[in-house]
Amino acid sequence: MKNFVHASTRRELLGGAGVLFAWPFLPKLARAEGRDPRMLTIILRGALDGLAAVAPVGDPDWVKLRGDKAFALDGKTPALPLNDFFALNPAMPNFLRMYKAGHATVVHATATSYRERSHFDGQDVLESGLPNPGRADTGWLNRALGGLEPEARVRHDRRAFAVGPVTPLVVRGPTQVMSWTPTRIQPASEDTMARLIDLYHHTDVELARALEGRRDLSILARSGDATVMAPTEGRQLPQGFPAQVRAFFADAAGTAAKFLARADGPRIGALAFNGWDTHVDEGADSGRLATLLGALDGALAAVEKNMGDVWAEAIVTVVTEFGRTARINGTNGTDHGTGTVALLAGGALKGGRVIADWPGLKTANLYEGRDLAATTDLRAVLKGLLKDHLRVTDQALAANVFPGSADVKAMTGLV
Amino acid sequence: MSLDAKGGAALALHRFGLGPRAGSIRMIGSDPRGALLEEIEKPGAGQIVNAELLTSAAGARLNFAYNQQQQAKRIAARISAEQQKTTMAVMTPEDAKPEDTAMVTVPGAAEPQPATPPQRNVNREVEARIAAAMNAEIGFVERLVWFWSNHFCVSADVVLNMVGGYEREAIRPHVLGRFGDMLLAAESHPAMLIYLDNFRSIGPMSVAGLINKIGLNENLGREILELHTLGVRSVYTQEDVYRFAKAITGWTIRPMATDAEHGNEFVFMDRRHEPGPQTILGKTYPEGGVEQGQAVLADLARHPATAAHVAFKLARHFSADEPSPSLVERLSKRFLDTDGDLKEMAKALVEAPETWDEQRLKLKRPSEWLIACWRAIGVAPEARRIFDTHGYLGERFWRPSAPKGFSDEQSAWIDGLSQRLDIANRIGELVQARVEPAELLDNSLGPLASEDTRNAVARAESRQQAITLTLMAPEFQRR
Repeated sequence: MKNFVHASTRRELLGGAGVLFAWPFLPKLARAEGRDPRMLTIILRGALDGLAAVAPVGDPDWVKLRGDKAFALDGKTPALPLNDFFALNPAMPNFLRMYKAGHATVVHATATSYRERSHFDGQDVLESGLPNPGRADTGWLNRALGGLEPEARVRHDRRAFAVGPVTPLVVRGPTQVMSWTPTRIQPASEDTMARLIDLYHHTDVELARALEGRRDLSILARSGDATVMAPTEGRQLPQGFPAQVRAFFADAAGTAAKFLARADGPRIGALAFNGWDTHVDEGADSGRLATLLGALDGALAAVEKNMGDVWAEAIVTVVTEFGRTARINGTNGTDHGTGTVALLAGGALKGGRVIADWPGLKTANLYEGRDLAATTDLRAVLKGLLKDHLRVTDQALAANVFPGSADVKAMTGLV
Repeated sequence: MSLDAKGGAALALHRFGLGPRAGSIRMIGSDPRGALLEEIEKPGAGQIVNAELLTSAAGARLNFAYNQQQQAKRIAARISAEQQKTTMAVMTPEDAKPEDTAMVTVPGAAEPQPATPPQRNVNREVEARIAAAMNAEIGFVERLVWFWSNHFCVSADVVLNMVGGYEREAIRPHVLGRFGDMLLAAESHPAMLIYLDNFRSIGPMSVAGLINKIGLNENLGREILELHTLGVRSVYTQEDVYRFAKAITGWTIRPMATDAEHGNEFVFMDRRHEPGPQTILGKTYPEGGVEQGQAVLADLARHPATAAHVAFKLARHFSADEPSPSLVERLSKRFLDTDGDLKEMAKALVEAPETWDEQRLKLKRPSEWLIACWRAIGVAPEARRIFDTHGYLGERFWRPSAPKGFSDEQSAWIDGLSQRLDIANRIGELVQARVEPAELLDNSLGPLASEDTRNAVARAESRQQAITLTLMAPEFQRR
């Protein structure tokens, strides 16, 4: 698996290297059904404590496991009930609202195929879509684009979108990615840009490709409502740490949503939020994790708002590399674990459900006696979304998007 | 086609160094290899001598004292406001917790204005680091400092006033010394103990562990094995992580609040140390104090898996994202043969045929490209702009987003190319009155500049554009 996307495979993915820049996106099959789906993937780096995000309040072993750190419906900070068994972290009222409207789904006790506990290997597996860690330079989302039928109306280079100058692995790959960063610097002139792209075409094609994405992005940003993608210059930063985190998450996700909402914009986006590695003083009810989950909740609300009517055709997927230890560690935090949650939101979902094959929380049920066991392969969820929402074919999913996952069936009924 | 000596000099400056300054290519042109070897033999190579800079512990104390003052001021102001409003109640100042602003990345957060004493301290540190890079003739040793500092990274998001001191105290003294010494210096440094939580990790069966409710935290133990020594997926298990974490319990810092003079310095607290022997990688380390963890580190520093891991990272950094196996093998062997002598490793890099490949495939990281720009125009900006430019390009200065450090692969950085263009454009605007584009091209690229690049620069519509195109040329982006 080491060199999964070797030269010949890469050519296949692209339908021949010669047509790389002439190959437009848009899932033709979905379009034929009269849909125009959007998908935004949010990676939570550092491993989210799924049990603190969506607590199994109906499990009799839950309180035994976490003691006074276990969320309960009648606790000091009461959890928000999702059904008879699961309750949501109280920092997430927007997600609850979406859930009740049938626009949000929780998948619990899920994980990738990775079973060790290195963040970086775990993130590589999560984002590459490969079954095992190892060198990976392309992500499943990018390769999924390569597996879609072309449609002539939208430019090839507006397929995918990432926020920030460092591209998440999940969208890296042969399909061009545009990236957006709030800018406070006067950008170079179109003429300078054109000359540089010309120079790169003669000397360094990789650099040419990278810069062309940006040129098209700036054209896109200019062609519409100027305030939509305006830089954040001069804006007063909010005071205090929680407010800053909230502002940053909402800004990044909200901006991505604005681009994705445009008729001539990209259809697929990805961004990553750091900071979930809560080894010390996790603060699920009022501390650090509550702040982060609240900021994530605000980010989802910003996406919903900025998508407008397009929200009905959107799915936001929130995933993390693995979960955390089921028990609290020696420093009021949790160490690296296994099973966790995936949060889905968007008007295109058949939501209002928690999907879980609950493994239980007795020591014998925990993975290696310490972590929530993973009973749902996260790839099944992602495959289900890619298949039913974007209409990526089973064949492409098994061969290119999640290689080595033939026995992991796409989850049905999510959309 | 093979490069002549001048071409070799330009290549050496970009690949091993921090980019040419005016005249550098000519200066080392006769013998680039010799010039690199000379730089590592220079007395004091890699060290920063600057009496203004505080030790990391003093920097942390400065920060602590300042925060306490500010907190006291706020409380005093609140009391006086309350007293003005009402004379009814006697105020009890709340037991305010220091703000936990350090734990999570907040890109784009503005620095307060004007600079506070702790901020000025950080500014001095970053300017000292950039000055060392600007003043180096080639910059090979500085590149090694940057490499090791990234390998053993801590983050200013967590230990703002210690990062500069950490680099000067744990990394620089050993950059041409022994890996084992750098390893011990880094893992026992307060900045690392705080960054990866070990300062509050307590052996469950230790005196403190049995009396208090707090206990083990395996974060540092895991990252030492995974990132700093053996490498992920090598030879260790979850059990090894757990036992190693126990072996380094008690490695902590003197508390700031009760030790004004030595707060935040390293201390070994026996009452926190897990008693008993620990078996790690099949070897049993007898019960002991601080020596138990030291003995484990000493063995890790010599382990063949560590040699292979370090060799691969060095090779990838100096040659290509996919380095040739022969180079990795060569470096790994040198590491084991010399007991991790990092000067020997540096020499091995210079002597290896693989690192002189004329194909320049490696995309410079933002920090490497920025310093190359500043060396080419002969001036670097002040601290505030250093932070801004690095942040804009996604490599926030001394603030990697995870203990793995900044990525060393092109795929992480290439989509930020357009942001580089914005900065190059700005530099062109600022220096167009004094910088002659043709000279800049010759000084910074010389024989490496392709015909296409020369033509593009010559035909530019303005000096600003010519300078911008030079700094953005593929030959300048890659090393």
